[in-house]
Amino acid sequence: MKIGIAGTLESNDVMMTVKESDTPKIVIESIVYDYFSKQIRDTIVSTLEEMNIKNVDVLCQDRGALDYAIKARLITAIERMEE
Amino acid sequence: MRRSLLFIPGNNPAMLQNADVFESDAIIIDLEDAVSISEKDSARDLVRFYLKSTAENDLEIVIRINGLDSKYGLADLKAVVSDKIDTIMLPKAHAQDVKHLVEILSGLEKERGMKKKIGIIPIIELATSVLETEEIAKQARVSGLLLGAEDLTTDLGIERTKTGSEILFPRFQVIYACAANKIEAIDTPFTDTKDESGLSADCKTAAELGMNAKACIHPNQVETVNKYFSPSQKLIDWSLRVIEAQKKAEANGLGVFSLDGKMIDKPIIERAEKVLAKAAKFKIL
Amino acid sequence: MKNQINREVPEGFRPFISSNNYHNDEYRTIPEKSKHNQIVFLDSLESAFSLLKISDGMTLSFHHHLRNGDEVLNQTAEVVKKLKLRDLHFAPSSIFPNNQILCELIQNGNISRVTANYLNGPVAKTISEGYLKNLLVMETHGGRARSVETGELAIDVAFLATPAVDKAGNGTGAIGKNACGSLGYAIPDLKYAKKVVLVTDTLVDRLEDPEFPSEYVDAVVVLPNIGEQKGIVSGTTKITNDPVGLKIARDTARLLSELGMIQPGFSMQTGAGGTSLAVAEYVKRIMQEKNIIGEFASGGITGYFVKMLEQGLFKRLYDVQCFDLEAVESYRSNKNHLAMTASEYGNPHYPKPIVNSLDFVILGATEIDTDFNVNVTTDSNGWIIGGSGGHSDTANGAKLTVITTNLIKSRMPIIKKQVMTVTTPGEDVDILVTERGIAINPRRTDLLEKLKDSKLKIMEISDLLKLCHRITGEPMAFKHGQKIIGVVKYRDGSIIDSLYQVKK
Repeated sequence: MKIGIAGTLESNDVMMTVKESDTPKIVIESIVYDYFSKQIRDTIVSTLEEMNIKNVDVLCQDRGALDYAIKARLITAIERMEE
Repeated sequence: MRRSLLFIPGNNPAMLQNADVFESDAIIIDLEDAVSISEKDSARDLVRFYLKSTAENDLEIVIRINGLDSKYGLADLKAVVSDKIDTIMLPKAHAQDVKHLVEILSGLEKERGMKKKIGIIPIIELATSVLETEEIAKQARVSGLLLGAEDLTTDLGIERTKTGSEILFPRFQVIYACAANKIEAIDTPFTDTKDESGLSADCKTAAELGMNAKACIHPNQVETVNKYFSPSQKLIDWSLRVIEAQKKAEANGLGVFSLDGKMIDKPIIERAEKVLAKAAKFKIL
Repeated sequence: MKNQINREVPEGFRPFISSNNYHNDEYRTIPEKSKHNQIVFLDSLESAFSLLKISDGMTLSFHHHLRNGDEVLNQTAEVVKKLKLRDLHFAPSSIFPNNQILCELIQNGNISRVTANYLNGPVAKTISEGYLKNLLVMETHGGRARSVETGELAIDVAFLATPAVDKAGNGTGAIGKNACGSLGYAIPDLKYAKKVVLVTDTLVDRLEDPEFPSEYVDAVVVLPNIGEQKGIVSGTTKITNDPVGLKIARDTARLLSELGMIQPGFSMQTGAGGTSLAVAEYVKRIMQEKNIIGEFASGGITGYFVKMLEQGLFKRLYDVQCFDLEAVESYRSNKNHLAMTASEYGNPHYPKPIVNSLDFVILGATEIDTDFNVNVTTDSNGWIIGGSGGHSDTANGAKLTVITTNLIKSRMPIIKKQVMTVTTPGEDVDILVTERGIAINPRRTDLLEKLKDSKLKIMEISDLLKLCHRITGEPMAFKHGQKIIGVVKYRDGSIIDSLYQVKK
């Protein structure tokens, strides 16, 4: 099963786990969920679209990462999954 | 023109996004020694997207890439070269490596339709580089040289000390090569982040020898480094008086004039102009 | 109903009007408890319950000078549990993580009322989740003194942890197995509770200068251990080593210097937080550079201020509680390290409380809004994580109030359009210092004038908020829960805000 993990659980960071899946879903766990869950989801969705990735489960364990870090960690996880 | 350059570990979002608050003149985003092998890809992606998210500002952005001989160096350049950065810092540099880097940068700038011409700061941290300092300083795009005493003393198999007598020779190499080529001599960082008086003493020594700037490895070092590598208020006041006296002399059609009994000629005027330019840039005028 | 700053106030409570409205209130204290000479020495808390006939519905009070090392509150709670007492009102001046036994008693109805100035940890969580039968009442340190003296907080029995007690029943915090230094918060309870029990683990022959004179004491309980001295030092009372916090501290010291606040004979106080304490370090350097001696420093005292006293940088320290063991040692041995009671510290009705003599105070915040209202009671999700303590008292009394905080903490903006809970009203908050900018309350035209040529990054708070959102993104709107589970009392007893049950 192809899986890619990137990032850390440190403050201001995010750990992204992507896994090939027939039933793609995005799960977000965040310490700022009530304030930024929509933004986090939007960043993940748009990044997947940009990279034309369709069949993956994304687990996002967020510790208050900014958008650029969410995007970067997701891309690294995908690159690692595809290696 | 810089006094302080603060190293920021490239794989650390908290440090990256706060890099600009510490009032250093430049930040060196580190993709090399601060990042473990297994995380080189993470760091590269993180820095690439961090740069995209930043707004234009006065801060000089320097990226320390991995060596071009490694498998990461070229990937680093491809990820970061854009109008958002100012300078590439090249580790363990020889003249040959700098020439190679110049070629790659020219290619990427053209390909990407960039307006900027990215500068280079080679790091002098091998015995072979120290002997080649003058040649390195002459290369195109080089805006300064950083002395890397930690790796250098390892290369020599000697101990690195706080007083630094073991690095006098490479310090002088860097200072003179930079002075001769009108680029900036950047001193090696002071690695004991808890020793404030040690840092001050090291800055004082480096500045007196002729270093123009110093690298910092902790935000707490920036204030001290800025202080020692800024022109003093005394020097600024003197320079203002020189320029004022010069304007008066010119208005009276005099080429040479004296101030406080001292004859003021071209080199002194140039020095005064440099001091005031620095003071203005660092907002201490 | 809504109060003057448009926050909700439940029925039956007086709404907040303004921070100086207490000048219009009449101050009527109840009589002090009658002094006497009949003290009983007991060897268990349970015997005290028996002797004093403690029953359902009574109000029991405690101080928090042993902080996270206190055992008296816990062991008293154990007795309540054992005796199956119900509907008690517990009024400890603060509640810490090690008091988690109270969670069970709250959930089971042994305790149905709580009054405290600060809550953190499992008990705060339990109350935020809505388990307390009646409304939580949060006071300020100065306000609780007022409450006790007027009988608003009517105490049946005060259980006072006392590090050392002598044969006559006098008590002190200066010496003992678990010496804690100043007992400032306990003094109102000592004088106005119906009954007073000193709980100690160290008996001595004779105390010269007891903070607790025996005439107020009804019983002494001697236990093997009243607490853990090491528990006094909590994480929040150490100087920060976060580089961003240090930068904020440096800029704050610069700001104070530019405003001319560091002059011979000045006075200051800092909050317990790591960044506020770092400010003290940078102020000290300026004082040393310019040979300036301050009149006094006050508040909860840490080793940093003790060192400054010893170095002759301050003439006196006024101590309402000791935050670490260096402070306890200094309290014991340095004649210029003086105790102050909670009333002397911050009771708005006390003739000249220390807070009114402060030139400046450096405080923290979990949130601040564009009206400069500050929250130190809840986090951005509505969980109770603290409380005013002396925040509102010092902010109101000091000539200059400076809030130091990171602009952003793990993506959360500290500046909001509206804070989750108002602890201290904006009219008492003058300056906000963050790592990306400094905002001055527009009311303070005098400060704006003084700083007009400053090289510091001074900006409108609304611009600082915009800058913040450019970095974090604009947060979704988040509203607190519907059910009111507590009230935040301002210094004068009026309600400045309500506390809500957290959403599941």
